[in-house]
Amino acid sequence: MASPRDAAPPWRGPYRSYDLVKELAICIAVVAALATLLTILFSSPDEKPSTIAQWARVQPVDFLTTATAELDGSSDTAGYGPPYNHAATGQVIGPIHLQSWLGVSHPIDTAVDYVLAPLATIPNDPALRAQIARYTTAPPAQRRAWTDAYAKALERAAAHGTRVAVSPAGSGPVAPMMASLLSLAQARGLDGALLTSRQFYQTDYTKPLLFMADGSLLSDRAEAQHLLGDQWGMMNETGSYPGQVWLWLYTFWYQVEPFKSSDNADALVWALMMLLSLAFVCIPFIPGVRSIPRWIPLHRLIWREHYRAQAS
Amino acid sequence: MSAADEPRPARVPADARSWTARLRTRAEGAMPPERLLPDRQPSYVASWIYVFGALTIAALLLIVASGLILGLKGPAWWHVTAIGRFFNGIHLWGVELFFFTMVVHLWGKFFMGAWRGGRSLTWVAGAVTFLISIAAAFTGYLSQQNFDAQWISTQAKDGLNSVGIGAFFNVTNFGQMYTFHVILLPVAVVLLTAWHVLLVRRHGVVPPYVRQLAAEAPARPSEERA
Repeated sequence: MASPRDAAPPWRGPYRSYDLVKELAICIAVVAALATLLTILFSSPDEKPSTIAQWARVQPVDFLTTATAELDGSSDTAGYGPPYNHAATGQVIGPIHLQSWLGVSHPIDTAVDYVLAPLATIPNDPALRAQIARYTTAPPAQRRAWTDAYAKALERAAAHGTRVAVSPAGSGPVAPMMASLLSLAQARGLDGALLTSRQFYQTDYTKPLLFMADGSLLSDRAEAQHLLGDQWGMMNETGSYPGQVWLWLYTFWYQVEPFKSSDNADALVWALMMLLSLAFVCIPFIPGVRSIPRWIPLHRLIWREHYRAQAS
Repeated sequence: MSAADEPRPARVPADARSWTARLRTRAEGAMPPERLLPDRQPSYVASWIYVFGALTIAALLLIVASGLILGLKGPAWWHVTAIGRFFNGIHLWGVELFFFTMVVHLWGKFFMGAWRGGRSLTWVAGAVTFLISIAAAFTGYLSQQNFDAQWISTQAKDGLNSVGIGAFFNVTNFGQMYTFHVILLPVAVVLLTAWHVLLVRRHGVVPPYVRQLAAEAPARPSEERA
């Protein structure tokens, strides 16, 4: 039961004229004028999206390094866990394993989806087909040795425009496979190959987005626009726009301990925010919290005329 | 009355078995026209803070109107035409104004203790509307088809995946996010806002806190509802 001091007995006092419809009409005019003025002054941001072709041309070494990690299963996506694969159990909130319990709903096999299947779409290249067959039929240890050798060679590789000079000693079929994948990507073939599956119309960009997110292009652009996690992340927007400022509390927790360094930061922040959101909705029922407005009497300012009239 | 209007039937006692009559009687009882659209308010309704509720509704109407135009032309239109970019600007700034006015309205209502006197559900409806509005705006950012959408989706997926939501709400699936943004969430926000406004009209604007001396007197049981 609420404190009697929080009671709100039915109003028995005087009434005044109040034109709600006129108020709303004026509000619509004011808001429309303000939005129009802001649009004329600042427009809206629209940074062009990145493409895999752009990535492969601008950062060919990073593209090849990422593709090699997808092939040998060492990329972020390859080791992500649900909902993409079973490589990890995912984040937990104490004994609650929601990420694992909900399972794999958008399966991604990074080696097949990002490298082997796109390469298989290249027509009239029997040499490439032979290299793919050599790779896929080799024992796992041999494949790992080839990808390790190629990844090591890429650390010393240099890009000359869109071409990459690499000395792929010991990398077996991986070097020619990756050279073909780079050519396919630079010719925009990989953008289409990752989007197209069994049907003509497509709206699901999960595969190409996760592939690009494993590389450096998106994060380099994001850092330049102050969008990284330690720069208050996605509540910001490209350019000098306000962005989603209403996400400040959600983003805030990622900046402080224990969340900042926790392996389960996302799950813990989400759990905390769900708890806080529930508390926000339930304020009228939480003893103490529902009395705060009486303890911090800003209402005296809001209803100052009423209290002044009462006092007189 | 125009010639096409059906003549209004004479008022006859409602048929107690008619679902239509029972619904009308109940609706009229709960929300008579003078309560739905009153032209008078208690004398304490005299502060600029009261305008922010109407400003929030005005911003919502602007968002819906500009969103309808953007939606009718398709998600790529605003990237390639100046008029499309203009309406996208109206939509974006409408959203910023919507959240600004809604947050001021929210803090104002908090410091008025606006849930008092049997108005808890009015607060709950408003608070839920605020949370659903965040989801609606978020899916808008994911539907932009530009770098912002790419970056926000690849960052946001981790939080949603970590609590299992990503299994059925895939932020990297443009088609799914666009559906949520142009249909499901706006309808939810508009319906919740309508419910919130009806509750405000049904229960009226919360009266001021009774002053200290009056409050120290024993309260009647009917006053202890919160």
